[in-house]
Amino acid sequence: MDLILELGAQGVQMILVLVLAPLLLGYTRKVKARLLRRRGPPLLQPYRDLLRLIRKEAVLAENASWLFRSGPYMIFSATWVAAALVPTFATGLYVSWTADLIAITALLGSTRFFLGLVGMDVGTSFGGIGSSREMMFASLAEPAMIMIAFTLALLAGSTQLSYIAQFMLTHSSLRVSLGLALAALVIVALAENARVPVDNPATHLELTMVHEAMVLEYSGRHLAVLEFAAALKLLLYLSLIGCIFVPWGLAPAGSSLASYAVGIATYLGKLAVGGFLLVLLETSIAKMRVFRVPDFLGIALMLGLLGMLLLFVSRSF
Amino acid sequence: MTSLIIALWSVPALLSVPVLAVTTRRWSAATRLIYGACLAICLVVLAAALAQLVGGGSTASSVQLPVGLPWIGAHFRMDALAAFFLVVTNLGAAGASLFAIGYGEHEKSPGRVLPFYPAFLAGMNLVILADDAFTFLVSWEFMSLSSWALVMAHHQDPENRRAGYIYIMMASFGTFALLLAFGLLAGGSGGYAFADMRATTAALPGLVLILVLLGAGSKAGLVPLHVWLPLAHPAAPSHVSALMSGVMTKVAVYGFIRIVFDLNGPPAWWWSVVVIPLAGITCVLGVLSALMQHDLKRLLAYHTVENIGIIFIGLGLALAFSAHQMPAAAALALTAALLHVFNHSLFKSLLFFGAGSVLVATGERDMEHLGGLIHRMPLTAFTFLTGCVAISALPPLNGFVSEWLTFQAILLSPEVPSWGIKLIVPAVGAMLALSAALAAACFVKAFGVTFLGRARTPVAQEAQEADRCSLAAMFCLGTLCLVAGIFPGFLIDGLAPVVEGLVGARMPAQGTISWLSIIPVAESRSSYNGLLVFVFITISTLLAIEIIHRFASRAVRRGPAWDCGYPDPSPATQYTADSFAQPIRRVFGEVVFLARERVDMPAPGDARPARMTVTLRDLVWDAIYGPVGTAVWYAAEKLNHLQFLTIRQYLSVVLAALVGLLFVLMLVMLVWT
Repeated sequence: MDLILELGAQGVQMILVLVLAPLLLGYTRKVKARLLRRRGPPLLQPYRDLLRLIRKEAVLAENASWLFRSGPYMIFSATWVAAALVPTFATGLYVSWTADLIAITALLGSTRFFLGLVGMDVGTSFGGIGSSREMMFASLAEPAMIMIAFTLALLAGSTQLSYIAQFMLTHSSLRVSLGLALAALVIVALAENARVPVDNPATHLELTMVHEAMVLEYSGRHLAVLEFAAALKLLLYLSLIGCIFVPWGLAPAGSSLASYAVGIATYLGKLAVGGFLLVLLETSIAKMRVFRVPDFLGIALMLGLLGMLLLFVSRSF
Repeated sequence: MTSLIIALWSVPALLSVPVLAVTTRRWSAATRLIYGACLAICLVVLAAALAQLVGGGSTASSVQLPVGLPWIGAHFRMDALAAFFLVVTNLGAAGASLFAIGYGEHEKSPGRVLPFYPAFLAGMNLVILADDAFTFLVSWEFMSLSSWALVMAHHQDPENRRAGYIYIMMASFGTFALLLAFGLLAGGSGGYAFADMRATTAALPGLVLILVLLGAGSKAGLVPLHVWLPLAHPAAPSHVSALMSGVMTKVAVYGFIRIVFDLNGPPAWWWSVVVIPLAGITCVLGVLSALMQHDLKRLLAYHTVENIGIIFIGLGLALAFSAHQMPAAAALALTAALLHVFNHSLFKSLLFFGAGSVLVATGERDMEHLGGLIHRMPLTAFTFLTGCVAISALPPLNGFVSEWLTFQAILLSPEVPSWGIKLIVPAVGAMLALSAALAAACFVKAFGVTFLGRARTPVAQEAQEADRCSLAAMFCLGTLCLVAGIFPGFLIDGLAPVVEGLVGARMPAQGTISWLSIIPVAESRSSYNGLLVFVFITISTLLAIEIIHRFASRAVRRGPAWDCGYPDPSPATQYTADSFAQPIRRVFGEVVFLARERVDMPAPGDARPARMTVTLRDLVWDAIYGPVGTAVWYAAEKLNHLQFLTIRQYLSVVLAALVGLLFVLMLVMLVWT
């Protein structure tokens, strides 16, 4: 019975992230529009967009290879697996030990690797520009993420997200390193999700695109799958920040259905607040020039390193 | 005992293979015979070494042969460490031989490759089996010289001659440093057998460490001793490049481990403070240099430098933990390093095979002249992609596992009491993370520019898929990369006797953990399951494809590329290797390479084309090798007239030298007593 419940909870999480990801995207767009005094698209518009794209035929460039066709599915599934491993409403789910924070970072690295490759597949200049800039961002964002993982691991004595969340629940106190890690994680999340100020998800001005430039040649179901993966990634980062820095409400392993329900309710609340803060940030700052971004990400890397260094030299900060 | 005997017999067997080949009439028959025989011999040694590693546990067998110096003889020994490195060497060598059965057909001067190839393999096996300083050094030199001969196989190219010259200079320097290290280890009593060295403590173990870092580090490619590596490795035929990069650097790592962990007594705390920063710098400088290359094989060679850095980070951490009596943590760090030795030998050989196949198909090593090969060489592209994913440390392949273990070892280091290590390790952790991310960028570039996009030249347009033997070798290694990535627990268990023999502890047994996870310390600390990650990704990919194709649309139409409405038919509009690396060059290159971009923009109305010139400086070369070279040149000029003295003058020079030496000796004796 316990096994069924645990498996069920894991299954619910896998479905939940899938269902919520487009909704979160719709929600952020709606809030952004409202903040700009526009009415904005309906909340469910991303679902409709995805459905419309899936039903269309896919137009491939003449020299697109097998990698171009299979890439989106691999990117999507790796993102999905990563999103399913981050605690959303409960910790210690049935397969949560499959990958720790470092492995989840590396899984997202895999998706970026393939995204960079498919961007170069057709051999257009826009694809190349997107891939090359994305890899430049990643070369700073990924080490920053690893530094954050190190900071958390040194604090909590574990790189497993479930244990980190449990530690934060029981040992909640203000720490300098945690503050540094949070700031770094927010910067990394903005860069990884191609949000303002690093990239603009709404832009179609060619020379400023990064993520959009890589997927420029995609259409139909392939584009739908890629957009879905991007939405999942946004959800993943919000869940990650939520489970580490606001772990309240997370149901521990093997708890009752009621606490799972509480977990889901608080999770939705966290997403709503997180999405709102993200949009608030986005509407209050301007997009950076591409070569300002390394400085911005360099700050994240330095903050992460500083947090880790503080913990190394003194275990009490 | 039988394993050792089999491994030893492989040496005369390998050396006699070229003699047999004299009986064949055509080069193609000789090629097949030699590489086929090498493949068979390597597989036999591989099996013997595996049997020793799995079955023998920590027992060692040794034998003394009446060759070499008369009063010493030649000692050979096979323990778990030697068995593991024999596995690495012979697995890589078997792959290279299989690849070369096909690849060797295209060799332009087979007479310059075939005789030396088996000798090179024999030399590497001998280094690993040697159990006294004399045998070790002779084998080491034998390995260096035979590989030098292979580097010089295409000596018509002046660049290859320069590579060979620098290689042999560095190799001689390395052997010289090792010679001095063994001298210190043997001490006054002159016990040159490794057993004697183990029994006594060296007079100056710190100096031994420095000398071994110079000797083995120059062979492995530690910065700043790496300069020969990106020149020499690509100059050799591709299967030899694979061996030099994938295997010979590991033999150098073996030399380091054997001397520092086994012969040199207990480590001092400051050893790791020397090794770890050096390794971190090696990582970052290696991968950044790789990113700046557009020669595919040179890019791979620079990447070897990065991976050697990762291995040495693990070794340095193991030294730090051992020095502070933390054997469990030392076992983790050493296992991570050894696992990376194994993994790197797999994927680096695979990638060099891929580069070799591209070279055969197009005659090009320069990525700027390639492109679109995924259409012409789909199988090569697939295996090369596997290697790229593995070397970029992405799950679920094997490169990630060893980097993950290294990260876990770094996370144990705050427990180390010494402040030097506490301050250095976080910085090196950041360097390792940085180099992992840059490696991914580097291989997106390597694969993207070479295999994706549109063909940039007619030769790339007309490329043919590689032959069956080459493909078989690449698929074998690719499969091993996957298997090692999803079943790392068995490899860790296989390494346990090796690690236990060196640091006195082993990692917890991994083979019995449910679902084949790996748990380096404790379940509550960290765990990773490559198998499940692989299974999950596969299932969800298939699920997504099935659902979308069944319930939505599977219609596909081909059309011209969109490219924002302005597709340009010229393949020159694509991103090139240099333009791909440009953002990263702007971020890192201005500091690391003093990169300068100069744009020559003609005035309006001027019809000449605009030019952009990028200059990169190799700071290591400028700071160390340039001045040394100048000094040697200057000294040679000044001493030149010593060649033209009369006999009387020579006699007085000899006499003066003798008197001077005696005087120095007298001073030394005075100070000593």
